Amino acid sequence: MTDSVSTAAQASLSAGGASSEAGGKRSVPFRGGGFAPKPVWYVAPLMFVALVLLWEFGSSNGYISPLVLPAPSEVLGAFGDLVRSGMLAKHLQASLTRLVIGFVCGATLGVLVGVAIGLYSIPRSAFKPLVAAIFPIPKIALLPLFIIWFGIGEGSKVATILFGSFFPMVIATYGGIDAVDRNLIRMGQSFNLSRMAIVRNIILPSALPAILNGMRIAASISIILLVAAEMIGAQYGIGAYVLLAGNLMATDQLIAGVATLSILGLIVSWLISLAERYFLRWRA
Amino acid sequence: MDLEIRNLSHHYDKLEVLRDINITIPSGQVVCVVGPSGCGKSTLIRLIGGLEQPAAGEINQIGEPPQGSLNPLTYIFQDFALLPWRTVEGNISLVLEGHPISREEVASRIANVLERTRLSDFANVYPKQLSGGMKQRVAIARALAVNPAVLLMDEPLSALDSQTRELLMDDLVSLWEREQFTACYITHNLNEAVRLGHRVVVLSRRPGEIRETVDIDIPLSERKVDSPELARTQTKLWEMMREEALTADRQLADA
Repeated sequence: MTDSVSTAAQASLSAGGASSEAGGKRSVPFRGGGFAPKPVWYVAPLMFVALVLLWEFGSSNGYISPLVLPAPSEVLGAFGDLVRSGMLAKHLQASLTRLVIGFVCGATLGVLVGVAIGLYSIPRSAFKPLVAAIFPIPKIALLPLFIIWFGIGEGSKVATILFGSFFPMVIATYGGIDAVDRNLIRMGQSFNLSRMAIVRNIILPSALPAILNGMRIAASISIILLVAAEMIGAQYGIGAYVLLAGNLMATDQLIAGVATLSILGLIVSWLISLAERYFLRWRA
Repeated sequence: MDLEIRNLSHHYDKLEVLRDINITIPSGQVVCVVGPSGCGKSTLIRLIGGLEQPAAGEINQIGEPPQGSLNPLTYIFQDFALLPWRTVEGNISLVLEGHPISREEVASRIANVLERTRLSDFANVYPKQLSGGMKQRVAIARALAVNPAVLLMDEPLSALDSQTRELLMDDLVSLWEREQFTACYITHNLNEAVRLGHRVVVLSRRPGEIRETVDIDIPLSERKVDSPELARTQTKLWEMMREEALTADRQLADA
């Protein structure tokens, strides 16, 4: 029985190979490679340095007009001035205060409302359509309204950021709660855990990855709104600094301000990554 | 404590899933319920433990649960239902936290069940680090921690590979020999049913009705994998189920 099977298999194999060389032995070609890009650690810094060098070379040889794009060395100089004069600290303090107050309040309220929508029928029916209607409005469009309501000072700026971070947090939170594994909830019920214990021990930890993801989105929206709000009637703040530099055609300062915003964004995203690594260390 | 299921019927909207089920689960015995997929086995066990409300019929607990039982009807789920953010120990302490028992008793209960399931070395490990078989043993330990009167096991070995299943089956058999637990064991695997069941209830295809109840008198310890008598019982069960399974396979989910 086994003999006849193996001879049949051999026959079909040699029939397949017969086209090239009867009875010839060739190794099976490897076909499974590719489609697996991996990060190569030294490429990114190299790329960055090369770009800056190219830029510096273009500027110092007159290919790039200093009015359009100042040399990196000049940007660095402008940044140095900014630090030395103490203005960076002043602008950063103004910006960070608005950002932190607006984002923390917006995110906290967003999580609370999201949890209510995720857990209870009445808040769900009441707020879900409302959130769906307001979420797509670009919050910058509401800034003039907020200025009328809360004045041109800090109130309108914080309110815009608060509003902008509130909605993505609501949606992320109830989305995360909706996606909680029903079997885990059923398990909690089957052991007679109280409703509170199920929410605290099963639902909220399950929704945490979605909530942290929402925080990432809310934080980047907050930075956008921060800059936009500061461009309307603010004395201090990175956005105000960038706008003023633009008005004075001081492109070196302008780029220095933009670079500061990039660093700010990177730091915020790094902080959220840290939080994820800490709170979600149980994840595979 | 015995469990008695009388004239139980259930339907979802217009879809009838269970019809007139009568089963008694006597204390100290394992009653296996087998049936083709979609016959309402999982619904049945959810009804038995009170996770769903039956449309008709009753489920009664007869007698008192054992002393110190925190949760008389305790489930073991197919997908283990462990919290991935809690360690083995934390998963067990979860089900003890709401009860009025001292910290020391929680600790001693955890230590006790970990030892009974030979998991003592894994107390501080997260579920992701464990194999499927080990995860299910954690779930068994968690169930034992509340000192249940009846274990409700919903296809507990179905998510495991066949070798792990064999090992865990041996564990369950030796666990029963030591403590004579009472259980309702749902499975589609006839071999599991004849290895562990004192009584095997065969359900028909949807709507699930009891087709046959088979008592197996061989003591669990004497049921060897290759025992001809078990093989005969298994074949008999399969002949009963074959036609049902064949038809169930062609049944539309929303019919």
